[in-house]
Amino acid sequence: MYSGYAVPAVALVVVATVLVGAFGLRISRTTSDFYVASRTVGPRLNAAAISGEYLSAASFLGIAGLVLVQGPDMLWYPVGYTAGYLVLLLFVAAPLRRSGAYTLPDFAEARLASPAVRRLAGAFVVGVGWLYLLPQLQGAGLTLTVLTGAPDSLGGIIVAVVVTAIVAAGGMRSITFVQAFQYWLKLTALLVPALFLVLAWQGDGAPRNAFDEPAGFREQRVVRVDDTLDLKLEEPLTVTVTGTVDGRRHEDDSLRLSAGTHRIEQSTRLTFDKGDPVPTADSAGGGLSPSRAESRAERPLYATYGLILATFLGTMGLPHVVVRFYTSPHGVAARRTTVAVLALIGGFYLLPPVYGALGRLYAPELTLTGDADAAVLLLPERMIGGVGGDLLGALVAGGAFAAFLSTASGLTMAVAGVLTQDVLPARGVRHFRLGTVLAMAVPLAASALVGGLPVADAVGLAFAVSASSFCPLLVLGIWWRRLTPPGAAAGMLLGGGSAFLAVGATMAGFPGGGPWHALLAWPALWSVPLGFLTMVLVSLATPGRVPAGTAAILARFHLPEELRAEVKA
Amino acid sequence: MSGFLAGLCVAVLPLLAAGFWLGRRTARPESLGGLGTPVEHATFQTLHTASLAAPPLRAGLTEETARKSARRLRTLLGTDALCLTDETHVLVWDGVGDHHRAEIMERLAGPLETGRGEAFRLTCDAPDCPLRWAVVAPLTVDDRVHGALVACAPRESAVLVRAAGEVARWVSVQLELADLDQSRTRLIEAEIKALRAQISPHFIFNSLAVIASFVRTDPERARELLLEFADFTRYSFRRHGDFTTLADELHAIDHYLALVRARFGDRLSVTLQIAPEVLPVALPFLCLQPLVENAVKHGLEGKSDKCHISITAQDTGAEALVVIEDDGAGMDPDLLRRILAGEVSPSGGIGLSNVDDRLRQVYGDGYGLVIETAVGAGMKVTARLPKYQPGVHSAGRLTRE
Repeated sequence: MYSGYAVPAVALVVVATVLVGAFGLRISRTTSDFYVASRTVGPRLNAAAISGEYLSAASFLGIAGLVLVQGPDMLWYPVGYTAGYLVLLLFVAAPLRRSGAYTLPDFAEARLASPAVRRLAGAFVVGVGWLYLLPQLQGAGLTLTVLTGAPDSLGGIIVAVVVTAIVAAGGMRSITFVQAFQYWLKLTALLVPALFLVLAWQGDGAPRNAFDEPAGFREQRVVRVDDTLDLKLEEPLTVTVTGTVDGRRHEDDSLRLSAGTHRIEQSTRLTFDKGDPVPTADSAGGGLSPSRAESRAERPLYATYGLILATFLGTMGLPHVVVRFYTSPHGVAARRTTVAVLALIGGFYLLPPVYGALGRLYAPELTLTGDADAAVLLLPERMIGGVGGDLLGALVAGGAFAAFLSTASGLTMAVAGVLTQDVLPARGVRHFRLGTVLAMAVPLAASALVGGLPVADAVGLAFAVSASSFCPLLVLGIWWRRLTPPGAAAGMLLGGGSAFLAVGATMAGFPGGGPWHALLAWPALWSVPLGFLTMVLVSLATPGRVPAGTAAILARFHLPEELRAEVKA
Repeated sequence: MSGFLAGLCVAVLPLLAAGFWLGRRTARPESLGGLGTPVEHATFQTLHTASLAAPPLRAGLTEETARKSARRLRTLLGTDALCLTDETHVLVWDGVGDHHRAEIMERLAGPLETGRGEAFRLTCDAPDCPLRWAVVAPLTVDDRVHGALVACAPRESAVLVRAAGEVARWVSVQLELADLDQSRTRLIEAEIKALRAQISPHFIFNSLAVIASFVRTDPERARELLLEFADFTRYSFRRHGDFTTLADELHAIDHYLALVRARFGDRLSVTLQIAPEVLPVALPFLCLQPLVENAVKHGLEGKSDKCHISITAQDTGAEALVVIEDDGAGMDPDLLRRILAGEVSPSGGIGLSNVDDRLRQVYGDGYGLVIETAVGAGMKVTARLPKYQPGVHSAGRLTRE
């Protein structure tokens, strides 16, 4: 899909983001509009900003891709991404706001009065931020490749450069407006094409066999295999081949493939006929996604619960989400904001599964080429075609870039802030710029090294680390008065650290198989209890280290602000 | 497999960094081997042990600090048991013979009263208890006995008496330093309270005069102004808490500007540009209003034409950046430097130096005011306010919409 509209659409999104970011401030010149200029951000605006920052490439592209490849089981992803805010609402939102903390390290320091725990929390913020940035950059690379045929890494580099430039120049002066704008942009970019796609589907006779196994081709389709892969056939199939199959060269030959496994070399073109079942593929390059998918297929229950735990409990530890709550004027507003976020995100997540289901009907070959994440981008052109399809495709592409930009800039600011405050030696603007560059350079380098991870999966790993390190810290810090600094440090190190190692091994394509692989690929189910248990046990073992002002601190976390003022007065 | 290795490196690097940092923190220069003669070596060892015992004691004599330092002190003296007491009970007992606690406290009454050390024989029923003698050395701060250091040994020894006396004196010095630290903290707190801004008397006189001038001609306007005046004074006489939010401070500034505008009319124009993200930031009470007051004074001073003041508050990540700028008469930078250094007292009002002092007290020396000015070139005052600072919490709540 090399449409001429996509690149201007992407450029437009970037320019609009920069402009809203630089000039979106309220300015007052007379007395009467003073109240407008100094009005705090209301729950709905702040909720749109949080949603805008939160809905990343994983939500915009990844979920549809996973639903396309693996079917309705993957609907747990949107459910988990949304329900995380329910946990946040119930246990964390208001007390976190009342703590006065801006970042997670701030919270650790406010609650435990320990610089060491603060620094450890900072290290985990950087780790989670980098893990989360990685799939954003990869998603950008994929999008640009699909749109223009540019090399794989170019999109990631563009997003990295744009975000670093904006953040380092202090261009996000009205970040709340930018992110709220991005939310509505993303919603529009998915909703409008989805309406047209559903109409096209209706016009096509509304076929309902989207989740039939296996999916079938609805028309004759040429599939180009970019990476060498192993094709698994349940039953014999006749295809037309140009390229190398099972080590034999073919030139536009009709070939009957027997049931079993066949190796397709790269740059081979396969032509499937209408009604052919879509074969399943095994990437021969040792990439992660098939083996992760495989172990998911082997242990669906374990994988599902691992995913649920990671997403439910991981949301509260996302560094870029937490800082947005500071904008709420008080604890009650923070709660209202979270309720609004639930509504906005819940509405958004109805759309990606629609793309996934339609993708199974109209672009099933994406499961073969490993570009399933591109389903959202390809569907408008595939189903509608012509100028209309191109325009809708451009709209989707713009929305996808909005997703990369907003999440990446929020994460970069959070990571750069921690790097500047707690890691780099002296303070100052120059150091913030250095921190920004560092915050972006590491995931960019990593994205060049490790590849081939479906974006929704990669984001799930970041959630797992966050759930195992920050969830125990926040929940116990807010609700348990006997938490001690050594306990918090040990829990974060053991829970978060082990999840981090498991994630690292998974991302690196840990060669082992079987139960070990499943344990490493969905660490949350064991690492979250491990984190909680360590934190509780070590805290109980060090009762002398409970910070002196704990009672007063917890009272401040839990008392509504009105009462607090009266108590003090 | 190169992808596997690279990924593993990426995953392991942060953990390595954390381990390195932890290791550096916990590592102690234990081995001093190869440093000079045995005598020098022993000296180093002693000084090193003493320096390790010092930091906990700098926080005063409590159970926790005593526990942390007692082990080092016992190493220093080389005795079987060492205990630190305050005036009434044993804070920590390090070493063997814990059952002597009560006996020691009984015998301590004398030394604690006189402030002189002594050695006495311990009575003990346990046949295997090695402690037969106790050496008491009082800990004194400013000639007042705060507690005692007791070293217990199997036999009487003049060396131990001398050594215990010296160590007790060294501990006393540490406690005196702790005392000094405490009084310094109290001084800073008192200073913050004393610096707590008051509104200038001139402003009250001028405001009342302006309101009086409207009472006959425009009673409605006079009423409004009186209410603004009431709001502003209520805010500035507020007693609870040393901190407020940027939103509340801006509202106070708005009330203040309404009163000033009534006096100067069209001569004063104000532009506000506030990023809503920074409105919840907590900051010292009345620390921006004096800056605005200063800008008004400088802007309108000695000239009859218009003055423009702009107030901006920007969000810069972990900090809020507040800039107050006027296009008035400006100031000689050298004079300003001397005013801020406290060499020259400013003419009337609580000026910039008060705000500067308080910001430094609360946020540290890196957060003083930045002032750009020259004669005839206006003045631009920049304040950086961290969004989070331990101990800084606004007492009140934000104004309801």
